[in-house]
Amino acid sequence: MPCGLICAPDARSFIVDADLLASELDTHRRYLLRVAQLQLHDADLAEDVVQETLFAALAARAGFSGRSSVKTWLTGILKHKIVDAIRQKQRQPVILATFNEEADLDDFDPLFKDNGAWEAPPADWGDPENAFARQEFMRVMDACLDKLPPNTARVFMMREVMGLETDEICKELTITANNLWVILYRARMALRHCLEQNWFTAQPRR
Amino acid sequence: MLLHRLTHMLSCKEVSRLLSQGEDRRLTLPERLKLRLHLRVCTACTRFARQIAFLRAALQRYGT
Repeated sequence: MPCGLICAPDARSFIVDADLLASELDTHRRYLLRVAQLQLHDADLAEDVVQETLFAALAARAGFSGRSSVKTWLTGILKHKIVDAIRQKQRQPVILATFNEEADLDDFDPLFKDNGAWEAPPADWGDPENAFARQEFMRVMDACLDKLPPNTARVFMMREVMGLETDEICKELTITANNLWVILYRARMALRHCLEQNWFTAQPRR
Repeated sequence: MLLHRLTHMLSCKEVSRLLSQGEDRRLTLPERLKLRLHLRVCTACTRFARQIAFLRAALQRYGT
């Protein structure tokens, strides 16, 4: 068996075969790239971050308990790499400018009438959890997340996918809690609307 | 006065903002009471509340 980077005598994880682990990691590569790309909106940076994640995973494979899935484990590592990348990127003034634009607290909201009533009330989604059984649903969600403004998407993923607490995000990005709530609100409204249009009311009886 | 503040009905717009913030911070007691009052009589916002909760579940799946 070829024994390179991924071969060490102390490998005691349930994946004994290093080759097997390497190919297992490779199957998750596309998914990791997708998450990184959504987060960072920068193909090169996403590529770098995923590469670092896979290296880190190989180096730390003995620490993998097998209690969580490999995918969850990798996502956990990716999370830290992405936060590092965002932290560095966010110091660039251009990013900060567009960021403040997206966090603009303008009260006008086309989803509501002047008196605060729904312009178009939310539709009945039935049992939305049924969508989880459908592979196409995740593709629709991908497309909807892609439509969010880049910084909004980044913040929203930090909160919802990576599960960071709001004060952590505020600290990382040096924004106020109020700005953060506005950004997350906009993201949820946009995603909700997009899923309604493209999934829940798109076809009768999904 | 307190009673008046508590029973002031929130608009759907305000309710949608509070429901979203409820995912990110602990709402105050008056906020929760006013929300509950509004949701009791508003089908649209009740749907919205369920959908917001669904979004979180969907995104958690997306990440694993």
